[in-house]
Amino acid sequence: MNADDRALYGDITRKGLWENNTALVQLLGLCPLLAVSTSFVNAVSLSLATVLVMALSGGTVAALRTLIPHEIRIPVFILIIAALVTCLDLAFNAWLHDLYLVLGIFIPLIVTNCIVLARVEAFAAKNSPLAAAWDGAAMGIGLLWVLALLGSVRELVGAGTLFGGIDMVIPGAHALQVFGEHYRGLLIAILPPGAFIFLGLLVAARNAWVTRAQARATHPPAAAVSA
Amino acid sequence: MYNSPYLRQNTSVRRVMGTVLVAMLPAIAVQVWLFGPALIAQLAIASLTALACEAAMLGLRGRPVAPALTDLSALVTAWLIAVCLPPLLPWWATMLGTAFALIIGKHLYGGLGQNPFNPAMLAYALLIVSFPALMSQWPGLQATDAATQFGWVFGGERMVDGITGATPLDALRTGLLTGGDATSVMQSPAFGHVAGAGWEWVALAWAAGGLLLLALRIITWHIPVAFIGAMALVSAIGWLIAPAQFASPAFHLLAGGTLMGAFFIATDPVSGATTPRGKLIFAAGIALIAWLIRAFGAYPDGIAFAVLLMNICVPLIDLKTQPPVFGHKKGDAP
Repeated sequence: MNADDRALYGDITRKGLWENNTALVQLLGLCPLLAVSTSFVNAVSLSLATVLVMALSGGTVAALRTLIPHEIRIPVFILIIAALVTCLDLAFNAWLHDLYLVLGIFIPLIVTNCIVLARVEAFAAKNSPLAAAWDGAAMGIGLLWVLALLGSVRELVGAGTLFGGIDMVIPGAHALQVFGEHYRGLLIAILPPGAFIFLGLLVAARNAWVTRAQARATHPPAAAVSA
Repeated sequence: MYNSPYLRQNTSVRRVMGTVLVAMLPAIAVQVWLFGPALIAQLAIASLTALACEAAMLGLRGRPVAPALTDLSALVTAWLIAVCLPPLLPWWATMLGTAFALIIGKHLYGGLGQNPFNPAMLAYALLIVSFPALMSQWPGLQATDAATQFGWVFGGERMVDGITGATPLDALRTGLLTGGDATSVMQSPAFGHVAGAGWEWVALAWAAGGLLLLALRIITWHIPVAFIGAMALVSAIGWLIAPAQFASPAFHLLAGGTLMGAFFIATDPVSGATTPRGKLIFAAGIALIAWLIRAFGAYPDGIAFAVLLMNICVPLIDLKTQPPVFGHKKGDAP
């Protein structure tokens, strides 16, 4: 891997995880984000599935990009994504059946998640398979960490637990009772308004961070100058 | 070059807010007299929380703290929250609701004058969605002594259901759900003369405070008149069609938060509509939605949700009801 490639992959990673973060900056794919981020386990499971679909669909579309007629590319992309999601749906049903029952409709709905199609159309259709798979994975992981954070906060505030439902993935594991058994739980955190409120707070926190970093970059040692 | 207005009234935020606080006193006094002194504890908890949150948020935002703290707007929000909540609510719930209203409902949107939603109703909605059981425990008329009431507010575990009961709206809903019809359910002494023993007096005290605000021109007639008129109209239609299923207009006007909402909640100058016709539409919409929630919804009183829903519509209502600029005809480009 030469220096150019390293720069390219570094750039893709940085954009996917932070600069163009799907959940915090592009605000794309919010349907699953808001619907399943009621607990850490649900959020991470669905976003891992999304990461897998994004990486595979990116690689597949990039490999086939010279063969797909430009005029009908969108239906072809959707068919490829739908095929991958169907495999994943069957795999969940077979090996993680309890989780499959919880996530339900949201696994097939990954097909319609606009972030998947957006990356395929904007990146995979114009780049090499490896770069496209890397981009899909980076964008997906950007979604994953935000969903994991959102799911943890909502679960913690709403139910007072962490890793509830972990036994669906790791048999025998137990959820943590963070605030003890008498915690009443702020129900609204688990309901849809909670998703919007906490996502809004996360976006605001990121914006504040970026603004502060930019201010530091443009006026580096403000304190030193005034002193 | 001088522009109108030539005559100005010396009205400050502090004077308006102070007047609102005074106008709330009759209803607070009646409620304390009938249902016990726990409300005073709630007012204190909400006021302290509101002032602390206001100061903290202004400090974080780098704004001057003292002028905003003394303009009394945070206290109005706090008092409106306290009077909506069941007086025996534990202290932490009141603090939580007030902090949510001030921090998320008011300051995250830009502070006084910028909030699209009524902060007091946000607090109420947060609490009733999160803690429906706690929010339906109102003290009965056979007021317990002050020590017991304060013990409930500040104490840990809540003991018996004996001294609390449902509000008349809640009792009516339960009665209807268990197969009774409105007329016979409302024969029970808990329903008082018209809309619940005690409750009707609190409602009338709200109306008295509201009339004071009207007389001092803190609010205009549009919102209370449209609110009460629309509530009377829709409840009368329901009552005439199916008196066994729907309560009478008199009940709906005097029960729950109707009169308080009409004079003190919907008239919020920030989150409500501002044009004269817009105010009529806004208030009538609240009354209609509130009645629909009372009659068909899952919550006993719908004023809070109705106000929040109509708050969302305010930009559109204001846009569509802008009066033509003086000298222009309707339809002219401004």
